Amino acid sequence: MSRPPLPSSSAFTRVWDSAGMLLVLAGLFLLCSVGVDNFLTATNLRGLALAVSTIGMVACTMMLCLAAGDFDLSVGSVVAFAGVLGATVMNATGSVLAGTAAALASGALIGFVNGVFVARLGINALITTLASMQIVRGLGFIVSDGRAVGIRTDGFFALGNTAWLGVPVPVWLTVTCFVVFGVLLNLTIFGRSALAIGGNREAAHLAGVPVVRVKVVIFTLQGVVAAFAGLVLAARMTSGQPNTSLGFELEVISACVLGGVSLSGGVARLGAVVAGVLIMGLVQNAMNLLNIPPFYQYVARGCILLGAVMLDRLKHRN
Amino acid sequence: MSAPGHALGFDGLAMEFPGVRALDGVSFGVRGGSVHALLGENGAGKSTLLKILSGAYLPTAGTLCLEGDKKIFRSTAAAIAAGVAVIYQELHLVPEMTVAENLLLGRYPRRGAFLDRAALRTEAGRLLQLVGEDISPDARLGRLPLAQRQMVEIAKALGRGARVVAFDEPTSSLSEKETRRLFAIIRDLRVRGHAILYVTHRLDEVFELCDAATVLRDGRHVVTHDALAGVTRDTLVRSMVGRELTDIYNYRPRAHAPGGLEVRGLAGPGLREPVSFSVARGEITGFFGLVGAGRTELMRLLCGAVLPTAGEVRVHGRPVQGGSPRTAIRDGIVFCPEDRKKEGIISVRSVTENINLSARRKHLRAGLFLDPGWERTNATAQIARLGVRTASPATLIGLLSGGNQQKAILARWLSEPVRVVVLDEPTRGIDIGAKSEIYALIQALAAAGTSVVIVSSELPEVLGIADRVFVMREGVIAAEFTRAAASPEAVLHAALPATIAN
Repeated sequence: MSRPPLPSSSAFTRVWDSAGMLLVLAGLFLLCSVGVDNFLTATNLRGLALAVSTIGMVACTMMLCLAAGDFDLSVGSVVAFAGVLGATVMNATGSVLAGTAAALASGALIGFVNGVFVARLGINALITTLASMQIVRGLGFIVSDGRAVGIRTDGFFALGNTAWLGVPVPVWLTVTCFVVFGVLLNLTIFGRSALAIGGNREAAHLAGVPVVRVKVVIFTLQGVVAAFAGLVLAARMTSGQPNTSLGFELEVISACVLGGVSLSGGVARLGAVVAGVLIMGLVQNAMNLLNIPPFYQYVARGCILLGAVMLDRLKHRN
Repeated sequence: MSAPGHALGFDGLAMEFPGVRALDGVSFGVRGGSVHALLGENGAGKSTLLKILSGAYLPTAGTLCLEGDKKIFRSTAAAIAAGVAVIYQELHLVPEMTVAENLLLGRYPRRGAFLDRAALRTEAGRLLQLVGEDISPDARLGRLPLAQRQMVEIAKALGRGARVVAFDEPTSSLSEKETRRLFAIIRDLRVRGHAILYVTHRLDEVFELCDAATVLRDGRHVVTHDALAGVTRDTLVRSMVGRELTDIYNYRPRAHAPGGLEVRGLAGPGLREPVSFSVARGEITGFFGLVGAGRTELMRLLCGAVLPTAGEVRVHGRPVQGGSPRTAIRDGIVFCPEDRKKEGIISVRSVTENINLSARRKHLRAGLFLDPGWERTNATAQIARLGVRTASPATLIGLLSGGNQQKAILARWLSEPVRVVVLDEPTRGIDIGAKSEIYALIQALAAAGTSVVIVSSELPEVLGIADRVFVMREGVIAAEFTRAAASPEAVLHAALPATIAN
């Protein structure tokens, strides 16, 4: 039988509970600043922030999804599909607005369908989104005929390649997502309902929480945000690429888990998720600067994830 | 103190969680061939003691003694190996597997590398005979009624050679007849020399079944009666609560006003005929019946958890939209489910979160944002009003004792005026002190004009608290009694199926 987590009272565990991952992040940052050449430079930090911007945006909605006790494997495919679709529509119509609208609408539709299957029809989220992951990836290839779609509308590149106050626009957009979803999670009924559903679906239902509606909205939001992230990525690359973001869904889920989000639902904190995203990006960045070959980086990332989960487990044991 | 003659002894047992001392130097002994009651209010330390006995918790100090040998169990496997079995309310069985597979789980007979099916069935049949139960070893466990599953759990414990068997409120979900059956088996275990520790809140069971009794209070050992001659119900209650409790119901007549809850021709799964009844404003009605009589099914129709096939429910004259708890709540019916853990609490969230879950939508800022000030004030106020014992409002509700969880769930509905409240077994598994507080609360609610519906399997509770009693039997309302007319004999007679009653 499993042991219940015990209430912790020592000063260390209390700090660890509320800000553990932030501390790890601060420690890693200090370590890299001292130990890794060229780490603490404006150019490198800008590159680091840009590198985590896509994961950061999608981690916001993935956090909600996990909080409600589900997860979504289709986000990587949606990122790719939205970029390809947006690029194709922009090229066909010459309108940035039309391309953006088409991409976001398709993301919303995919998310909505995921939500209906999971919440309304009661199909397991793993199976539902495993299916939509493949369907949407396929659609991306079909729309683009398997090739990158170069974007000919220059105005669109502003979304990915300009900066404001010295910080790239995608990073601002990610920060905006963090703020919006932080407020949504902590300060609205919607966020609290998501946590309640993840904590105990039946109890939430009997307490009057509209379980199906909340879940469908979460999946729809997830689709929209993933599509938006896909557009920003396409703007950065000046093309829609059907092959991009393979394995992206697992990186996003890893970042959330690093951020202490419970896979069984009911527990999520935005601050920790932000820390999780940054830790992933920071480690990747440091490994690049240290010229560690990419093959080893996979191994290192997996080890970090396992280590973080073990640390969390140990915290509850003593 | 545990003495050499004891099959099971506890010696200075202490268990500390950060901030909470759950057990504080508890010592007593249980003789072999006796049934020893373990009594105490919720939070007294009974569950902690059982968890130490089962090897789930490692005590901070103290030891166990088995047949005079000092023991500390570092794992549940070690406890099982030493011949200790703890039978919890929530049974640890796999519903998808057969009875035989469950009975021998973890020690399947093998022939070479393969499972020996024949030996499995033979051994399972032998174990089932020990509990004298007519269950097929090939039956899928999940299809058996709860009482039989419990028998399987007992047989499984015996099969593992348990000499010490502890029961945690085994009768809380059993009917009268099933309880008799269980008692017969426990008596049989006693005759065969097993030491039995029996945790219960039902004092009648202590006098009927047990040879000795130990009372815990606030984690401390209060008294052990090695024989129950001369011990009265009052003595036990007094040592459990540390104060005199003359009338735990404290019933006061109230004025009723018409037009509370009206149910007409309500039909749905679990009901044999359409059901009609009404509850006035300020009235408390009790629904009594045997397990499976259709009470829970009726309440689930009322509260919107299940869609009715026909009929109408009105609250204060206005129809209630059925089929969704959300609309039922909006239209005035709130519901506290029977199974607290599965349907009531959200264990990974704080007490505050659990209390504010439903009422907060009326206290938003700008129609969208939660009001942290209100969330805090309301939770603190409800915790104080209901006497929820919690380290802080931010404590996870899953860490509270059962009675305090129940109070927090009640608080969820009491943050705003309610018209109709439906309580399914509101005091199940709750100690007498908390019960008495909940009864006072229910009466305060009714006095404020709420119509109260209480489902209970405990006859004294229904008779003690209700203004009017409905008896359900086999999916219909079989009888209705006013408080004055509701004698225990009459109500029980109405609840029993005709064949047994005669």
